[in-house]
Amino acid sequence: MKKPDIRLLLKERVLVLDGAMGTMIQRHKFTEADYRGDRFADWNSPLQGNNDLLSLTQPAAIKDIHAQYAAAGADILETNTFSSTTIAMADYHMESLVKEINMVSARLAKEVADEYTAKQPDKPRYVAGSIGPTNKTASLSPEVNDPGYRAIDFDGLRIAYKEQVEALMDGGVDLLLVETVFDTLNAKAALFAIQEVKEERKSDIPVMVSGTITDASGRTLSGQTAEAFLISIAHADLLSVGFNCALGAKQLTPHLEVLAKKAPFAVSAHPNAGLPNAFGQYDESPEDMAAQIQDYLDLNLVNIIGGCCGTTPDHIEAIARIAAQAKPRSTQI
Amino acid sequence: MSTTSPKYLHLSGLEPLVVTPETNFINVGERTNVAGSKLFLRLIKEERFDEALAIAREQVEGGAQIIDVNMDDGLIDGKKAMVSFLNLVVAEPDIARVPIMIDSSKWEIIEAGLQVVQGKCVVNSISLKEGEEAFLWQARRIRQYGAAVIVMAFDEVGQADNYERRLEIAERSYRLLVDQVHFPPEDIIFDLNIFPVATGMEEHRRNAIDFIEATRWVRQNLPHCSVSGGVSNVSFSFRGNNPVREAMHSVFLYHAIKAGMNMGIVNPSMLEVYDDIPKDLLEHVEDVVLDRREDATERLLNFAESFVGTAKEKVQENQWRDEPLQERITRALVKGIDAYILEDVEEARLASERPIHVIEGHLMTGMNVVGDLFGSGKMFLPQVVKSARVMKKAVAYLLPFIEEEKQSLAGYDATASQAAGKILMATVKGDVHDIGKNIVSVVLACNNYEIIDLGVMVPPEKILDTAQQEGVDAIGLSGLITPSLDEMVHIAKEMKRRNMTMPLLIGGATTSKAHTAVKIAPEYPFTVVHVNDASRAVTVVGNLLQPETQEAYREQIKSEYIDFAEKFNNRGSHKEFVTLAEARSQKQLLDWSAYAVPAPKNKGVHVLDIDLHDLVPLIDWTPFFRSWDLHGRYPDLFSDEVVGAQAKTLFEDAQGVLDILLQEKKLSVKGIYGLFEAYSDDQDDIVLPQNGATFRTLRQQAKKKEGVAYMALSDFIAPKETGITDYVGCFCVSAGFGADEWAQEYEAQLDDYNSIMVKAIADRFAEAAAEWLHLKVRTEFWGYASDESLEINQIIGEQYRGIRPAPGYPACPDHLEKQTIWQLLDVEEAIGVRLTESLAMWPAASVSGYYFAHPEARYFGLGKITQEQVADFARRKNIPLAEAQKWLSPNIAD
Repeated sequence: MKKPDIRLLLKERVLVLDGAMGTMIQRHKFTEADYRGDRFADWNSPLQGNNDLLSLTQPAAIKDIHAQYAAAGADILETNTFSSTTIAMADYHMESLVKEINMVSARLAKEVADEYTAKQPDKPRYVAGSIGPTNKTASLSPEVNDPGYRAIDFDGLRIAYKEQVEALMDGGVDLLLVETVFDTLNAKAALFAIQEVKEERKSDIPVMVSGTITDASGRTLSGQTAEAFLISIAHADLLSVGFNCALGAKQLTPHLEVLAKKAPFAVSAHPNAGLPNAFGQYDESPEDMAAQIQDYLDLNLVNIIGGCCGTTPDHIEAIARIAAQAKPRSTQI
Repeated sequence: MSTTSPKYLHLSGLEPLVVTPETNFINVGERTNVAGSKLFLRLIKEERFDEALAIAREQVEGGAQIIDVNMDDGLIDGKKAMVSFLNLVVAEPDIARVPIMIDSSKWEIIEAGLQVVQGKCVVNSISLKEGEEAFLWQARRIRQYGAAVIVMAFDEVGQADNYERRLEIAERSYRLLVDQVHFPPEDIIFDLNIFPVATGMEEHRRNAIDFIEATRWVRQNLPHCSVSGGVSNVSFSFRGNNPVREAMHSVFLYHAIKAGMNMGIVNPSMLEVYDDIPKDLLEHVEDVVLDRREDATERLLNFAESFVGTAKEKVQENQWRDEPLQERITRALVKGIDAYILEDVEEARLASERPIHVIEGHLMTGMNVVGDLFGSGKMFLPQVVKSARVMKKAVAYLLPFIEEEKQSLAGYDATASQAAGKILMATVKGDVHDIGKNIVSVVLACNNYEIIDLGVMVPPEKILDTAQQEGVDAIGLSGLITPSLDEMVHIAKEMKRRNMTMPLLIGGATTSKAHTAVKIAPEYPFTVVHVNDASRAVTVVGNLLQPETQEAYREQIKSEYIDFAEKFNNRGSHKEFVTLAEARSQKQLLDWSAYAVPAPKNKGVHVLDIDLHDLVPLIDWTPFFRSWDLHGRYPDLFSDEVVGAQAKTLFEDAQGVLDILLQEKKLSVKGIYGLFEAYSDDQDDIVLPQNGATFRTLRQQAKKKEGVAYMALSDFIAPKETGITDYVGCFCVSAGFGADEWAQEYEAQLDDYNSIMVKAIADRFAEAAAEWLHLKVRTEFWGYASDESLEINQIIGEQYRGIRPAPGYPACPDHLEKQTIWQLLDVEEAIGVRLTESLAMWPAASVSGYYFAHPEARYFGLGKITQEQVADFARRKNIPLAEAQKWLSPNIAD
């Protein structure tokens, strides 16, 4: 389906990214059997919790979640592929399924995006291929007593990411989103892989990067400040740079301010619905979250805004409502 | 892109480094280079990575803004060494905060390095040496890894060795990179080859000036790029003649920086201050560097001979005595030479209209030079303290003349001086530690502030009354033990009540920005600022008091601290705690079945005098240097290129004091210890059944991962129900007897340098005495480790069995248990160490603590505890809840 270049759209308005996939999947209370479906009934490791697999075993549910977010006003839908690398799928012995999961997930999101674009041609929907951090870090040691040890290296990450990127693009995604970056070195490996694929395919697919400031120290898990993180990935020709997860909208503000001031790209944010309560649940209401995001918009901090853990279509609807009234941040710095 | 707005080189470690015109000159640390440092090579070869890391750390602490890492050596696996070392570097936040320069002539090593560093690095280097194809390929790869690059002025023909070739290669490289690779021009750094001058070869005459002029051309014609180089090459022909080399380096840098060199490798200890180069030497050196005369080299060589050899140096050392008066005074202050200061001051007094003019004129001119050099990192703390010593002597000499004048000019205030401000300094009530406070006082005094130093254990009323009577411009409070934190909060409240408005400065070992922002600043509506090192004190006080900056700066501090407190409070509220019962149910369970500890040979309480000579080998010097703001591990820091020379001088001076101390027995060291039968009960108490005493210990409560124990010191003593007879010990040692008197002798001679030295050394003796006594207890007095045989550094590194945690420190932060130790051992009666109202020990150079012998006993930090445990502690100890809250407040969760 023919859509305007998202780069042009970004100059005109603040775009809305969808909300949490995991939170919505939880509502279905899928059992081990639901995760397995018929196809993996005999798979010899437990599969409950392998949310990305649901694209194959419960495609209707995944599609419905995309549709709810599209209906709520999201301009960009994220594929259900956060953990779809050979590295993360190794936990389920599903490395061989990585290509298929990415391709099918991309298609599910694309079908919904096309449907809504046809319905509202003045509000086209885009699909972003979600590329998570994997469950291993290239610049941190998992062994307390051996700080020089690494569970994964750059090339291991690059190869895994390349496979995911190729499959996402084969499935028809409009954008790539390297997100929840805990360790900038992982992100650099992903960007390296993306650059390789772009060159091999002569593609100009836009790339978003979103890091994670893990706590009030104002640093990523691997220890970088917001500005150091930005400098470390600014060599890639990015559509946007931003932050997501770990913090609520309010706590994220000072770090977004750094990006807003210094980034030569668009700035994105998809914070959590507040901070988890004592039971590990996110309970910030759509109105409360939107009120904080109104501050971002008033301060002209962002070009793309959405939600991470704990956010729902109601949150996205509240955010989309105020985003529609807002002026985007100028990307000239 | 045709934009003309400047683009700046951005690099990153954990923190950003942006190279702008304001950053002037970026200093690259190169001690982590096997080609440049024999020591580093040896450490890497022997895989002594901890020590290799210490070198990197010292570089960063010493001011290197980038660290260059090079593993090119035939005898090591460079790729493996690069990866192993960088993996360790990135795990050290205090090193990894700066960007890394990956230095190798082998591409595979460079690429391996790029693959393990998350920040934006600099690759050192690529060139056209192997032709365009390899050059372009490497540049593209570097671009994909997101690094900046150093381009050597080298091509297929060879290294650029004149002006034209440098331009030719730089321009060609630049065009290839920018036009073909689309390499960001701001990420290009040219190394235009610094070659030696004055080699005697005609063709080397223009080596320096060609570099300088090429730098100028490159910066003007190849937009946004940087220029770098290794400076020490230029003076290569004068190896062995450091005064000349130092002068050459500064002359070269002075001109190269003006031409646009904005980065490079310079050894700061091989650098003379440009303005300090003797005029004749300067002229000779500039003639060579700038190639101003046919016979420049010959003339410098002849002249340089006068700088070689000790005999000649002596001549030169006294040559400055022939200089004009102001130069002599300035030099005496900068170099800390007091031999001639009185005669020079007398000469100045005779030449001045009024004696006060000598202080305001001659001496302040000199001290301003000291202040500038210190402020720009060209002088170090011990040097400044020596300068202050000279200054004090000079002022003391002048005071009687000023008094005399005052009397003859009645009604005219002859002392009306032009001090930059008046600062009150005090160590708060109950606290006795003053080394840091004295250093800050001296440094501020050097910068023309009038200091009112009220000393130690100063009651709040005295601090506040004096501040008001004297109309001081700021108050500085210092403290080392945790109860002092509350005292500071109290003073802040009182300042508000008294409607005071001057800034309040907070410093000392237990203070922190967090505590200052969260607990002190909210109590006082005006500026409260945490200043923990002497060099920052000058800048902070300057900004606080200068009329042009003060308003904006004070507001900035206020909002910064409010922000900080808010963030901190947000973080604090998410900490989760377990109940005391839960924590106790998950205590550390040691295997008591296999535990057997011998009964102490010397049970009960014993007093001893300790011989100073026994302690010298056990002195841990690292903290001594730290108290002088010289950071790094002893003895490695002697080879540090920034502070090494200064550390050596300081150490020599310390040895001088140590000799006097040993010969004249200036200190006496006393110790007392007790070893008792003990068991632990189920409420974290250690009970001494035969002595009717109980130590109350505290248990960690901050929520931990499943399966990790919540520690309390009582876990290390066998529980009653095991039926095992276990033992606990406690002790106090002091090296403070005589220290204060001796320090005061120096103070009376206006010698702060040696006064601070004495106190710092007494502290070291106290720690060494604690180490010595512990050793004796382990091997003889208790004897549970009678077969222990450890090297001194293993002992200092605490590689022995058992621990000696001290009340007031992380494992047992409650100072109250010191009272229990004092009662049990009768410490004050026996050896004369007493406890102040804040439970600090007096004399200050004292150490007390417990002994635990269990092999699994280890140090830990209690962290925060909840009100539930505070109440339980009060109940166990039978003290009012409010009293427990007061003493434990730094550890109570909000």
